[in-house]
Amino acid sequence: MPSQERKIQAPQPNPETKAFWDAAAAGRLMIGKCTACGELHYYPRAICPHCLSDKTELQQASGNGTIYTYSVMRRALVPYAIAYVTLQEGVSMMTNIVDCDLDKIRIGQAVRLVFKPSESGQPVPMFTPV
Amino acid sequence: MSIKGKAYIVGIYEHPTRKADDKSLAQLHAESAKGALEDAGLTRADVDGYFCAGDAPGLGPLSMADYLGLKLRHMDSTDSGGSSYIIHVGHAAEAIAAGKCSVALITLAGRPRSEGQATGTAPRAAGGNAPDVQFENPYGPATANMYAMCAMRHMYQYGTTSEQLAWIKVAASHHAQHNPRAMLRNVVTVEDVVNSPIIADPLHRLDCCVISDGGGAIIVAGPEVAKSLKRPKVKIIGAAEAPKHQMAGHVDLTYSGAVWSGPAAFAEAGVKPADIKYASIYDSFTITVLMQIEDLGFCEKGRGGKFVADGNLISGTGKLPFNTDGGGLCNNHPANRGGLTKVVEAVRQLRGEAHPAVLVKNCDLAIAHGTGGSLGTRHGAATVIMERE
Repeated sequence: MPSQERKIQAPQPNPETKAFWDAAAAGRLMIGKCTACGELHYYPRAICPHCLSDKTELQQASGNGTIYTYSVMRRALVPYAIAYVTLQEGVSMMTNIVDCDLDKIRIGQAVRLVFKPSESGQPVPMFTPV
Repeated sequence: MSIKGKAYIVGIYEHPTRKADDKSLAQLHAESAKGALEDAGLTRADVDGYFCAGDAPGLGPLSMADYLGLKLRHMDSTDSGGSSYIIHVGHAAEAIAAGKCSVALITLAGRPRSEGQATGTAPRAAGGNAPDVQFENPYGPATANMYAMCAMRHMYQYGTTSEQLAWIKVAASHHAQHNPRAMLRNVVTVEDVVNSPIIADPLHRLDCCVISDGGGAIIVAGPEVAKSLKRPKVKIIGAAEAPKHQMAGHVDLTYSGAVWSGPAAFAEAGVKPADIKYASIYDSFTITVLMQIEDLGFCEKGRGGKFVADGNLISGTGKLPFNTDGGGLCNNHPANRGGLTKVVEAVRQLRGEAHPAVLVKNCDLAIAHGTGGSLGTRHGAATVIMERE
């Protein structure tokens, strides 16, 4: 599949994001949850972007979502599909749609979580049509 | 405090170069500054405020004040990407109104073409402390595919078509044919645009702006200074800015920060979109123009496609003449930042100095609006409304 041949830039975890990437390495996608205001957010952060509380934690996402929008980058060595996927939990994240015919991707399509290794070996969350 | 009527744009300059492999970055800034001062009829000694953004070398205002030998009492290096200079015009008016400076110089310059940057298609470089980087860079965000995702969603939600987007490029090309310095001077058709190669679905090559070297400068001054100069007077009557981002994961790519900066600027100016005679609208891509036109209130949300079609943006025939220099889509996009040249062409229209073939009749009210950063992630919207006095 073309998406698997593309070099995936490795994320560089920092003290704030290490737990997110450790979970990804264990096959889990985490989203941010604030126990003060109860709201979810993405990308996950230590300070809640809804209420500025530091009572944030990581919550495991179901891994199911739908494509909010996408674009296939044709002018690349290996064409790839970038997208925003809206998770079942309600937040949207930037990602790639992989392991599929890039010409058949559609907005509204149901997708499920997969992980692909980046250049450092660190797995990153991506999605594939159900 | 309102800035309405407190400051004037008294000098403008667009650097003529489109490829500057024989010049340095600081030199392009300095040549632009010199050009704008000459246009205003002012000297370096008159400048006591300086504004620049991330394209300036070194420590921005420090490096450029040093290079230019400026003696300053006010400086501002607000950076919101390509819209920075539109923000600078508003900030300069604020500083002048507050007595922090009397003559403000704004400069821009860059050499992406000489440096061989694949501006729109190269994935973002690694590194930096930006908190979003590790959650985005693995997915290959470039510039083109970020704006393309906005276009894709707009088409899905509102039925906008590639042909409608193409009309924006067609209009820009009609204007650029009269600009001898424009990089793309051939008039193109809707068919030319939609038949050009896809860069990032659904955007074609001709939906994208050019990559050019160049620069420009603007001089903003108070009423007393403006009165003393022998130039047509262009008064700043409204200005506003706003960032838009991913809303903590509640992403909505169908609108831009113009929904906030536009109404605020119009309210300050005390005018309506229907009053505007000429509009400079940031045109990094055709979709950028369409979304901003909707968000500024020139048409109902979602009706932008219909609004821009059939030549409605072409000077002389359309209802909203836009980017009469050819804009970023055809003329130039110095430093990959098109905000400054947006103000420059609006001032030319208000002064009656635009090319006769694209000159808007009785142009007494104009807007310059920009989107800097990326429409698909985080961007800064900036609006300035200007009036001929």
